[in-house]
Amino acid sequence: MTAVVTGIGVWTSAGKGLDEFWKTVSASTVTLSELTRFDHSTYPFTLAGQLRDHGATGIPSRLIAQTDVWTRQGLEESLLALDDAALDLAAVAEYDAGIALASSAGGVEFGQREISALWAQGPQHVSAYQSIAWFYAATTGQTSIHHRIRGQCDAVVAEGAGGLDALAVADQALADGTSSIMLCGGTDSALSPYGMVCQWSSGLLSGQTDHEKAYRPFHEKADGWVPGEGGAVLVAETPAAASARSAEPYGSLEGFGASFDPPPESDRSSSLPTAIDQALTQAQVRPGEVDVVFADAAAVPDWDRAEAESLARVFGSRAVPVTAPKSGYGRLYSGGGAVDTATALLAMRYGVLPPTPNAPSAHPLLDLVCDAREGKFTTALVVARGHGGFNSAVVLKAGANTKR
Amino acid sequence: MSTSSPATAAITGVGAVAPGRTGRDAFWELLAAGRTATRTISSFDPAPFRSRVAAECEFDSAAVADTWLRDADRANQLAVTAATEAWHDAGIRTTPGRIGVVVGSAVGCTVALEREYVRLSERGSRWLVDLEPASGRLHDHLVPSSIVRDVAWSLGAEGPCRLVSNGCTSGLDVARHGLQMLHGFDLDAVVVVGADAPISPITVACFDAIKATSPNNDDPAHASRPFDRDRDGFVLGEGAAALVLEMPHRAEDRAADLYGRLLAAHSRANAYHMTGLRTDGREMAEAIRAALEASELDPDEIDYVNAHGSGTKQNDRHETAAVKTALGARARSVPMSSIKSMIGHSLGAIGTLELAACALMLRHQFIVPTANYQTPDSECDLDYVPETGRAARIRALISVGSGFGGFQSAVALAHDGGRA
Repeated sequence: MTAVVTGIGVWTSAGKGLDEFWKTVSASTVTLSELTRFDHSTYPFTLAGQLRDHGATGIPSRLIAQTDVWTRQGLEESLLALDDAALDLAAVAEYDAGIALASSAGGVEFGQREISALWAQGPQHVSAYQSIAWFYAATTGQTSIHHRIRGQCDAVVAEGAGGLDALAVADQALADGTSSIMLCGGTDSALSPYGMVCQWSSGLLSGQTDHEKAYRPFHEKADGWVPGEGGAVLVAETPAAASARSAEPYGSLEGFGASFDPPPESDRSSSLPTAIDQALTQAQVRPGEVDVVFADAAAVPDWDRAEAESLARVFGSRAVPVTAPKSGYGRLYSGGGAVDTATALLAMRYGVLPPTPNAPSAHPLLDLVCDAREGKFTTALVVARGHGGFNSAVVLKAGANTKR
Repeated sequence: MSTSSPATAAITGVGAVAPGRTGRDAFWELLAAGRTATRTISSFDPAPFRSRVAAECEFDSAAVADTWLRDADRANQLAVTAATEAWHDAGIRTTPGRIGVVVGSAVGCTVALEREYVRLSERGSRWLVDLEPASGRLHDHLVPSSIVRDVAWSLGAEGPCRLVSNGCTSGLDVARHGLQMLHGFDLDAVVVVGADAPISPITVACFDAIKATSPNNDDPAHASRPFDRDRDGFVLGEGAAALVLEMPHRAEDRAADLYGRLLAAHSRANAYHMTGLRTDGREMAEAIRAALEASELDPDEIDYVNAHGSGTKQNDRHETAAVKTALGARARSVPMSSIKSMIGHSLGAIGTLELAACALMLRHQFIVPTANYQTPDSECDLDYVPETGRAARIRALISVGSGFGGFQSAVALAHDGGRA
């Protein structure tokens, strides 16, 4: 892996854009809140990490009727990323820019509305935009059209691991000469009633009502995650492309690994260590050289145990700082790995490890970051896992412009 | 760019669940004979819809023996069935961590997602859907990556696994992802699968709304008419196909029987419109050009083009222009057919079904026809292999696809003996 990241567009309940987001996560402020999209009083779930001002975006108004909120998030994140990168796509050769964006659930709210229209009112009431708004490639397609990006475009789905897989796809396109610039990352939103009922059915969500203490990864009282919406789009470039336009990278994608877990009835353990080992090997980084791990941190007891054991197996017990700011703004599914990558790059740039809200003060296997830590950090590992058994890991290195 | 020989893959296993009877052999018999599997929709009452024609698989979801899989979406069932057939066909012995899986699907688990919604919402009348009778598998239907999980578990794969959901090019794009995954992770095998089961009321309705599907309800067996002057839209299909990709030197070492070689796969986007196509086909032509360049093939070495050939007015015109641009004079003489004429358009599955058909054509050195092609169109003036297949020498071929989002893809395959 050789790609450098020159722009970040992040949008979560913790903030829109880098400044607001970083201020929130570095202060460990929890932005989960009571669901406001619909009356949740008859349901056992209460909280979510919801975006504020969903409607106030830089997206042309004609696109509002044609798209799900999830696609508008992705478009907005791509605009933020390109702005942050100060990249003029018009100056890039016609097929040299591409897209790799992850989604886990597509345009859920749009789809729910149209299935309702079909069954309650009849086929003639189904929107002409259903076929282009609901499917998983909608955000990639609209992003391609909006920015006139004609290179290789992909929509990747691997539930919560997809955001990192999309970075790997982008990195490959840059490494093999297919593209010189890639918009990559992931975003999701499934906060309509049906989206929430589907998620709840997995048995993996927390039913807590106190937003401050609902999402407690690696905690003995952990009882599931709180979902959020949002994600991040990154601008990744070949080092040559970045250097040609004198861009100052946040850092680089150095190594990627992926694996799949055996079925639950198997006596074999999680294959997560394999994914981490691959990423480290590809990055030519020894475990002892990793300064921080951004964990998947599902707050599902079995998942947390498997992840903690995997990290301890690779790094040793409590041998590396581990953090998961997502317990403050929710699990973002395919947005999660992309936002964690963005956060890790910011942490290295600012020399501050953002903490994990609600992390237990002591853990037998993990050195959890409970309060912000300052220092010099040059190498980070991001882990993302997806329901069903997806494991992905990315190793990042800091750019030249780091503090401390 | 690397100057070493291009990264390719040996195709050592093929599986298919296509409209008509299940299995690779039944699929080939149907195609080689030029028969169609397009019929009036039987899985629900299609009376309220504009297009009531589809190509259904004779696959009984209720009869799936494995209880876990029986409760999964039909797309998961089709995917696992095709992948299992391909895996057994390849006969590879290796360890779980050295097997990767890439699944392509455009719409994922929509049959179950819609069915459960109708149940929980009192037929769409309640926005605040019931929670209580919700199936514990609902989340699986929401996230189509459940298809990947079911394939991985059924094959015992523990290497990298992902789903590619690039709309109607998904099934071709799995070849690109599979090739990169095989070499990027130095795996023994990557199983690439395309699977979609979109014949459900909401999907039929969404294509009705934009008049993309054929309203030729009176003659369903001849409703899919790619390149014909009287074509009037695509016919929705369902199905799954799988290919086993192996490192060429490992396939050689174990003296595996090859269908052919996957040489290259490239994709471009038109950045123009989510559903509309400009007539010149320039981005598809560029995808073909890139695939040929990466394969080190000249247009004159291409002996067959497997068309996207969906049977919509704009697609067939667009694609004809693209092939003329990319292949130059060779476009006039190269045979080009569309199997969608026989098995409809199964969205994210069809690209892999087409690659499976291409692998079988390479093995049999036989080109399958475009069924229902009767009346030439002045804008579609190539050799579309009308109605009857033909024996032919096929050294190398390309398969192309086009999809919503503006995506255009091209994949190059070669006969095993066709290259050093």
